[in-house]
Amino acid sequence: MIATKPAGFEEIAHTADWSLRVWAPDLAGLLEQAARGMLELSGIRLEAGKRIRRRLTVESTDAEGLLVNFLAELLHLLEQEELAFDQYELAVSENVVKANLEGARVAEHKKEIKAVTYHNLKIVKKGAQVEAELVFDV
Amino acid sequence: MVALSELRRINEFEWEIPSSFRADMRVPVHIFATRDLLEAIAQDKSLDQAVNAATLPGLVGRVLVMPDMHQGYGFPIGGVAATQYPKGVISPGAIGYDINCGVRLLGSQIELDAVARELDELAAALDRHCPSGVGQKGQYRLSNKEMEQVMLDGAQWALKKGFASEADLRRTEEFGRMPGAEPGYVSPRAQSRGQDQLGTLGAGNHFIEVDVVDRVFDEQAAQVMGIAEGSLTLMIHCGSRGFGHQVCTDYVSSFQGAVQRYGIDLPDRELVCAPMDSAEGKAYMGAMHAAANFAFANRQVLAYHARQAFEETLAGRVKNWHLHQVYDIAHNMGKVETHQVEGKAIKVCVHRKGATRAFGPGSPGLPSEYQKIGQPVLVPGSMGTASWVLVGTEGSMQRSFGSSCHGAGRTMSRSKAKQTVRGHELIRELKSQGIHVQAGSLPGLAEEAPQAYKDVDIVVETVVRAGIARKVARLRPVAVVKG
Repeated sequence: MIATKPAGFEEIAHTADWSLRVWAPDLAGLLEQAARGMLELSGIRLEAGKRIRRRLTVESTDAEGLLVNFLAELLHLLEQEELAFDQYELAVSENVVKANLEGARVAEHKKEIKAVTYHNLKIVKKGAQVEAELVFDV
Repeated sequence: MVALSELRRINEFEWEIPSSFRADMRVPVHIFATRDLLEAIAQDKSLDQAVNAATLPGLVGRVLVMPDMHQGYGFPIGGVAATQYPKGVISPGAIGYDINCGVRLLGSQIELDAVARELDELAAALDRHCPSGVGQKGQYRLSNKEMEQVMLDGAQWALKKGFASEADLRRTEEFGRMPGAEPGYVSPRAQSRGQDQLGTLGAGNHFIEVDVVDRVFDEQAAQVMGIAEGSLTLMIHCGSRGFGHQVCTDYVSSFQGAVQRYGIDLPDRELVCAPMDSAEGKAYMGAMHAAANFAFANRQVLAYHARQAFEETLAGRVKNWHLHQVYDIAHNMGKVETHQVEGKAIKVCVHRKGATRAFGPGSPGLPSEYQKIGQPVLVPGSMGTASWVLVGTEGSMQRSFGSSCHGAGRTMSRSKAKQTVRGHELIRELKSQGIHVQAGSLPGLAEEAPQAYKDVDIVVETVVRAGIARKVARLRPVAVVKG
């Protein structure tokens, strides 16, 4: 799958929690794929009505921290405001992510993710892509 | 991956990974398991996670893992690690996101035969009274001031509000309140997540279960606990909800910098930690205790509503429908306790992640009625199988930092469970076994199917034969509510 698609995600078996392998041409793409994968694992369906836009700024000292903190922000918006996003415009520079997000209120949310973990998290370069494996506490 | 050939067999139920296995291990890893359980455990990365846990600074004795062990994140589920207090470290990831996730058991004099026809109605009433499921909010919206009181007082706040009795608190670990909570170290985001979640069950593996006492193994202990063969019990499994998840998220994030400041080198960033006597360590301890108190209050409010469901369904139909508290235990916590290490009593912080405190007879902190028999250890099964009531022993005090197992332990991945089990078929199958299920999510139910778990009877037999717990009673589920 990785060889045939420039960006994407796939679920990896994990005994107790959920795990995703994510890949993309660059870090911004990786963050987007991770967000899409996380929402798919959660069984999110958006309302068809009004579209909602949000801007987020996330900081960390390294790329893995940016990935975890970005996803944690999305989880927060999901739980507290029942908002999720299907359009991502991300700019990553020097330990900061600036995100323009577009989505809607959540019509269906099947499964809960408690947290995004740092477990064995390392963003690695593989050929023309960057790749990471994420574990979510459920 | 750790190969089984690299383990040293101590006896039929105990194994060791010596500290020479990897250069960065500070102590050995001691595993309580049969050969068969060990082979199941070796299918995932839990042994590697136990080896990683053995690298934490300030560890004393050995890292212990229980027979229900399975792969988690950072620290394995079923792991126990004690660090010297206060110079050793505390690691939020070695406690888990669901701080003070735990189990409460209520007993009754209700005979199963007397209510067999009401079980569907009872399950529906429990589902109605105890909100569960993804994103489900409770019926209480706490003010900032009330949140502070919950963080400081735990289940004792619930007593003041009329949700608890003195007898409930007396039979709760730490009497329902961890001293040392510091609301000032809890982020506004964590507090805001908790404000409308008190009295909610959540989703995932959390549940409320009505069981019948199937067999009593220790009549004296069962009598002290107020449970008897053929009578109903109620089990509640949940924790600190989004409040605790956020506290852990905040500190795993901020401790990423702490390990650099204190020169701590770790094999996994999820194990980040800080010395307990550092500013960072003290802050996390204060916040963790606040989250633990939220969880004690949460299980207490859920118990209050479960009692309402019993009253609504059974009052007037059976003579005595009341539920009394047997005990309430934490299985995701870091606690400062005194234990004997190499013949000396020392203060340590015992990290238990998916492991239950199992204090033996005569231990401090137990109510007087449990001083003789030891602390009740509550071991939930997996919906379709048994749950167990055990007690701690002198052996658990001497050999496992007063700890024992916490459940059956998963053996099948969630993705495989989803592929092989259909939620509606599982409900039908359980019904044919006399188990009434109320589930908020069918895919979620499928992930929690009994076949995804180890045999809880073998897990219990292992801790009993290893001498770190004693059997009191076996429970059989008759009604289950899952989010």
